[in-house]
Amino acid sequence: MRRRSALWVAALHAGLVLVCAATLYPVLWVVKMALSPTESLSLSANPLPSEVSFEHFQAVLFAHDSAGRWVFGRQLLASLVVSGATTVVGLTLAVSAAYALSRFKFPGKQGGMQALLVTQMFPATLMLVPLYSILQRLSLLDSLGGLVLVYATSSLPFSIWMLKGYFDTLPRELEEAAVMDGASPGQVFLRVVLPLARPALAVTALFSFMTAWNEFILAATLLNDASMFTLPVGLQRYVGEYKVEWGKFAAGALVVSAPVMALFFALQKHLVGGLTAGGVKG
Amino acid sequence: MKLWHSYRGAEEEALEKSAALFEQQTGEKVDLLAIPNDVLGDKLTAAIPHGVGPDVFIFNHERLRSFQHLGIVTASDGSIDKSAYFANAVDALSVDGKTYGYPLSLKCLALYFNTRLVPRPPADTTELERLLPGLSRPDENRFGLAYETGNFYFHAPFLFGFGGDLFDAGGRATFDTKGMVRSLEYVKRLQDSRFIPMETSGALVKSLFNDERAAMVVSGPWFAGEIAPSVKYGVAQLPRNSETGRPMSPFLGVEAAFVSPRSAQLPQAQALARFLSVGAASRLRAVTGRQVPANAAAYEDSAVQEDSLISSFRQAAANATPMPNTLEMARVWEPMKLALRAVLQGGVAPAEAGALADRRYRALHRERPPDASPVPYLAVGALALVAGGAYLARKPRALLPFRRRYPDVARAAVYTGPAVAGLLVLVAVPFVVGISLSLFHHEAGSYSFVGLANFADILASRGYRISEPLSFYFTLVVTVAWTLVNVVLHVGLGLFLAILLKEPLLKLRGVFRVLLIVPWAVPNYITALMWKGLFHRQFGAINGFLVLLGLEPVSWFTRFSTSFAANVATNTWLGFPFMMVVALGALQSIPQDLYEAAEVDGASKWVQFRRITLPLLRPALLPAVILGSVWTFNMFNIIYLVSGGEPGGSTDILVSEAYRWAFQRNEQYGFAAAYSVLIFFVLLGWSTVTKRVTRATDELMG
Repeated sequence: MRRRSALWVAALHAGLVLVCAATLYPVLWVVKMALSPTESLSLSANPLPSEVSFEHFQAVLFAHDSAGRWVFGRQLLASLVVSGATTVVGLTLAVSAAYALSRFKFPGKQGGMQALLVTQMFPATLMLVPLYSILQRLSLLDSLGGLVLVYATSSLPFSIWMLKGYFDTLPRELEEAAVMDGASPGQVFLRVVLPLARPALAVTALFSFMTAWNEFILAATLLNDASMFTLPVGLQRYVGEYKVEWGKFAAGALVVSAPVMALFFALQKHLVGGLTAGGVKG
Repeated sequence: MKLWHSYRGAEEEALEKSAALFEQQTGEKVDLLAIPNDVLGDKLTAAIPHGVGPDVFIFNHERLRSFQHLGIVTASDGSIDKSAYFANAVDALSVDGKTYGYPLSLKCLALYFNTRLVPRPPADTTELERLLPGLSRPDENRFGLAYETGNFYFHAPFLFGFGGDLFDAGGRATFDTKGMVRSLEYVKRLQDSRFIPMETSGALVKSLFNDERAAMVVSGPWFAGEIAPSVKYGVAQLPRNSETGRPMSPFLGVEAAFVSPRSAQLPQAQALARFLSVGAASRLRAVTGRQVPANAAAYEDSAVQEDSLISSFRQAAANATPMPNTLEMARVWEPMKLALRAVLQGGVAPAEAGALADRRYRALHRERPPDASPVPYLAVGALALVAGGAYLARKPRALLPFRRRYPDVARAAVYTGPAVAGLLVLVAVPFVVGISLSLFHHEAGSYSFVGLANFADILASRGYRISEPLSFYFTLVVTVAWTLVNVVLHVGLGLFLAILLKEPLLKLRGVFRVLLIVPWAVPNYITALMWKGLFHRQFGAINGFLVLLGLEPVSWFTRFSTSFAANVATNTWLGFPFMMVVALGALQSIPQDLYEAAEVDGASKWVQFRRITLPLLRPALLPAVILGSVWTFNMFNIIYLVSGGEPGGSTDILVSEAYRWAFQRNEQYGFAAAYSVLIFFVLLGWSTVTKRVTRATDELMG
């Protein structure tokens, strides 16, 4: 029995190492493209670069435009502002709406939840044409504020759904006890419910941030001013009609993905709890 | 003044210098904005009518007629001096007798040759064929010639060389011609002899030439900037076709500065556009940007004369066929791409390719449906509203007054208000507009009401057989298969890995878990491009593995099954971490003592899994499965970027088909909206059915 289980453990580890290798393999190719000074192609299964150079990273990170402005720095700033604001706005709207949907009785509640799911079913690209006209009427075209509002609202259905599921799992007794102690409804929400929902808040924040950080179709369509371009829009420039600068694209892709990965790893404990709690409330 | 363009590198530098000169001379400030080429056209057509566009923009003349229809270009007659430019460049900019914009530079194809491997360029195809065998070593990935074989722009010189015509006397596109068959046979023979590489992309051409593995390359002036300094090369005109005696004449493209009619300073905008096309600006364009000026005077400059690249392209441009700026030309690309790829991938004989392209052309070239009267539709809508109101009013009056029944309603309104307002304006309104668009036909900026004609065309599969890739039913079946296979793989793999990660004897659990969620953290358009590279026929790592294992390399995107499999592999890689994390969380909530009790009762692992794990996971997994399947159903990026619908659009799913109708086939927004509405109803129906069957949506909605 002991021997068998030792064998099983070895097989388990070997299997997982294989799966991880397969998972990381494509990512290694991107690293190879970013690090290889020349873009020579050959039929090879080896994902390790034969020559290492940081010139693509240098070109992406330290390029200056003709006016001497640091391109990457500005795009990073724009991306951070947009993604940060999207997270704050989206989370604020989602948390309060989800709390109301979880705790209050009001007409249209069931219908509203259904409608949220339904919005996920209409292809987003086709809403672009009307969205453009609406933003122009609201004078929100070509502004980071408009972009933030679009991102925040488009991530709302998923955020509300997830947060509401989590709130449903929190016992009401705590809130009732707080009310007994003389807390106002606002205090109950801010001081009792929100701290308890921290894992779900972390995960929702991560998703809102990620949506805004990675998006480029809307950003490329709605922004007309190079000083407001976000990182993914900047990245698109390396994939042109006539020439594709794969090395720079790969280096840029790694730079863009790095913060999201870091956030993922920082929040991964919460991820497991926060994502599923909604479903397992039985 | 605002100027939009899509230049990069040296070309951008030349433009910046010219704009600075203009500022010096006139005191007018010029704001430049560089936008990637594939986005620029759509941005222009969206921005200028809304009054937020540029004063001047630089674009290829190819879309001129559609720009003119949309009213986003101003005629330059009266301001332009036509004699300053090459005659064919000015001709390319004329529509119905008027000239639009100012020609800047000429683009066409020529032959780049590596002077070490090819001392003298071939003058005709006989010489070319004599050279090729000696230069090609397929086992070492060396090729005599390389160009983007699947792109009709590059095939056109072969077609014209064989005397093929693209348009008949009436101006309609023709594909089923002798010249077409012969040109396709010729190219296919080159590929079968392995003188040219397969599935060639621009990036591949560049790296082959820079590694001196391609002795000759067909490309345009932009290619010069891509060549490594170590490679010595020359540029010559494309060889003459020895069988017909005709030159292999490429398309001529004219880049021009166009003036927007919405500009607040029209005279200054005209002055800027004119300034860019002549004099110092055109010399800068040639010397700094190494573009081929359309302005004849630029060639008097000694620096320009000495540049052999520019003089070679100037000659090539003189023999080139100006690309028609008609709407008809815009309809040629997709059918020709289909035919070219079908022949090169071996699925279709060259003799049948013309008919294939012609069928596709007719299917895409939809006639405008007759106008319908909106009155019956409005009446039905009003009736539905009244009926809905009556239904609500008919409900038995609540026993309790509203206030007592919903004591929190005021607070609920405050809490949900901001979210509801945002959703109404930015989600609900576009949604309703999007749905109503499906009742319209869009052509060149104007909408006409056609009622249900779009739906009738789609559902009756007009123009193609039901079993053909363009038919709604075919695409629907592919989409459903795509969704099913993906969801099953996501859940299966995710659950399996979650269970392995739960194993108590596992070491380094945290490390494994972190590594396995990496795919989720990478933006999916990067993932898609990366996997497309892995699946390349000659240089992809997947085929590298197959060769290592002693197998034949597979041409992934030439058959439906392998192309579909490539898409599925990519999306599985992308999607399993989400399900794994959901399953991990759900597994955590299963009390451990259930397993201990089962262990005591002597239940095997398998029985434990089936009797304990699965039933308890169900409530957590079902909502994730429903949401996951909705996402997969509309997973546009993967399909569009990995297989691109190859072969022949058969791996397209409904949402990518809708995208093509909206943005790649003359902007048929109404038809695309009808597709989207059908997608919407399919998903709505599907979620209703699952809700009935499993009541899972109750979990979702509480």
